Amino acid sequence: MPVDTVWVVAEITESGPSSITQELLSKARSIATNVAAIAWGPDTASHAAALGEYGATKVYDVGAVGETLPGVPVAGAIAALIEGGDTPDALLVPASYDGRDVAGRLSAKLDRPVLTNVVGLSENGGLSSEHTLFGGTVAATAHFTGEGPQIFVVRAKSFTAEPGGGGAAEVVSAPAPAAGATGTAKVTARHVEERTGPKLDEAAVIVSGGRGLGSADKYEMIEELARLLHGAAGASRAIVDAGWVPYARQVGQTGKTVKPNLYVACGISGATQHLVGMKGSKNIVAINKDQDAPIFSVADLGIVGNVHDVLPALIEALKNR
Amino acid sequence: MNVVVCVKQIPDPAAPSALDPTTHNLDRTGKLILDDSDAYGVEMGLQLASGEGDEVILVSMAPGGETSGLRTALAMGAARAILISDDSLAGSDALGTAKVLAAAIKRAEPDLVLTATESTDGYTGTIPAQIAELLGLPSITFAKKIAIDGSTVRVERQTEAGYDEVESPLPAVVSVTAGVVEPRYPSFKGIMAAKSKPVDVVTVADIGLEAGQVGATGARQEITDVSKVEARAGGEIVVDDGNGAARIVTFLEELKVI
Ligand SMILES: Cc1cc2nc3c(=O)[nH]c(=O)nc-3n(C[C@H](O)[C@H](O)[C@H](O)COP(=O)(O)OP(=O)(O)OC[C@H]3O[C@@H](n4cnc5c(N)ncnc54)[C@H](O)[C@@H]3O)c2cc1C
Ligand SMILES: Cc1cc2nc3c(=O)[nH]c(=O)nc-3n(C[C@H](O)[C@H](O)[C@H](O)COP(=O)(O)OP(=O)(O)OC[C@H]3O[C@@H](n4cnc5c(N)ncnc54)[C@H](O)[C@@H]3O)c2cc1C
Repeated sequence: MPVDTVWVVAEITESGPSSITQELLSKARSIATNVAAIAWGPDTASHAAALGEYGATKVYDVGAVGETLPGVPVAGAIAALIEGGDTPDALLVPASYDGRDVAGRLSAKLDRPVLTNVVGLSENGGLSSEHTLFGGTVAATAHFTGEGPQIFVVRAKSFTAEPGGGGAAEVVSAPAPAAGATGTAKVTARHVEERTGPKLDEAAVIVSGGRGLGSADKYEMIEELARLLHGAAGASRAIVDAGWVPYARQVGQTGKTVKPNLYVACGISGATQHLVGMKGSKNIVAINKDQDAPIFSVADLGIVGNVHDVLPALIEALKNR
Repeated sequence: MNVVVCVKQIPDPAAPSALDPTTHNLDRTGKLILDDSDAYGVEMGLQLASGEGDEVILVSMAPGGETSGLRTALAMGAARAILISDDSLAGSDALGTAKVLAAAIKRAEPDLVLTATESTDGYTGTIPAQIAELLGLPSITFAKKIAIDGSTVRVERQTEAGYDEVESPLPAVVSVTAGVVEPRYPSFKGIMAAKSKPVDVVTVADIGLEAGQVGATGARQEITDVSKVEARAGGEIVVDDGNGAARIVTFLEELKVI
């Protein structure tokens, strides 16, 4: 028996529902009879068709949140719906910056626990979530034992986004109640870092660099190879922490989970926290000068060599084609 | 200014982790150490609360009266610590932990509460927002830069596309990413001084909570199944003697990437 009602916290970007939103709606559709999206922003109604396409029959429109960080108003709007008697069995929330704020705020407001870092969900009378622990070496299944609504915070790329051919979702206004002191954090300026080529979590090819590159300027080789392969450039945490590249490039436990067709790891040792973010890639190539580097244990093709020899030669060969 | 820094004491991440086979809780029986991720918050707190009468107060929840990790943070320069340790806390979930931390934080009457964005061992990443909600405070998560300006905190907050400048009136909860500041190493003098700094050890009842709200009962969730994940098989290994790049090109052709 499927679950009755699941709500998905939907993040809308300038190009429509984000990829994780599409993934969560697709999954929700397969486990629940009724799927609704919770969305915010100045023009949610214009995305009702796209949200419907992935499975939402209803979209609760929180409206524009302006310069307020979304966590407080969105959690407030959801809590108000629930207190008004409209209650889902479960909520699926993206494990993103704002998603985690929404889940944390809502959990405390409703006094309901959360299951986080969810990578799988199954429905068998109730809902069970799957989690990977210890760098992806152990899988655990968990479920809630108390009263709902159940809050699941789900990692990107856990499910496949598949349009279901549904019509436009019905838009229902769900304004955020006054937040008082909690809602006083305001954005005063937004900075967008320049990016060319596909997004890290949507690219079919990802070329990532690590500390083995030796210095920040050598990251240009990674960007050039990514460009030649029409892919995106990624990074290990070591070089993000060192300030060589922005955090948005980080792959791993505390960065992005990626599952491209091809992942090329250059000068990356393959720590469990990095592996957990990329070992779902279809094909993996690793270049590392240490033949015992753990990255080779997941590589389909491992080149034991110096990135300063192999990468320039590879770039040259691709340019000459 | 009073800054509370939440610091988690965790099993050494370098040692292999394990779940208890019956309770499915993380094995926390060995010596615990300061979570590296919290060293950034401690350093940030020390830099922001460096004036006359300013204080950095640590708040930690850990079993067995554990203070090893707290001593490290005290040696860095924090003034004192509140440690919540109680057998009824075993098996607590994130919300239960947030309730405990929030109740202890209240006692310190801070102007600013710092946490890491997520811990190294449990990494649910929801505690900062849960604490803020329980305390009725604004929060700014994922800070990569923090400055205090009178009664306002200004933060550069990591976003998907870059970063936002965000400000909030104090008191507020801010979660910091690794790299927000470079944590100092405790000096010998600091280590000696830390030995005599006050650590206020309290129980769940002391902070006004009931045992049923926390621990395994309060968690209202359970792990039902634990299994080993099939390792991904390694593939072909080629030692580069000048042909490495060419081998990659062939592989890319096979995949039809080029
Ligand atoms: C809570 C927590 C979360 C974390 N989250 C993440 C995360 O999300 N993502 C992540 O990546 N890490 C994460 N880490 C860090 C992780 O543990 C590793 O420290 C990090 O991945 C190492 O990065 P690296 O492989 O670039 O550097 P290193 O481990 O230093 O590896 C460098 C590699 O380069 C090789 N090398 C050196 N010179 C050359 C050369 N000339 N040619 C070829 N190879 C060379 C070396 O043999 C070595 O294998 C996390 C850690 C913790 C504790
Ligand atoms: C592998 C694993 C998976 C888990 N999954 C879940 C889950 O899905 N849902 C759930 O509710 N619980 C889960 N737990 C339990 C959860 O980790 C614990 O409840 C823990 O006490 C608090 O959560 P956290 O460390 O994950 O918090 P996070 O939100 O990741 O912590 C953020 C920050 O809060 C502060 N902080 C957190 N705990 C303490 C503390 N004890 N003392 C001082 N400061 C602290 C630190 O600054 C920390 O960096 C899991 C535990 C493990 C080991």
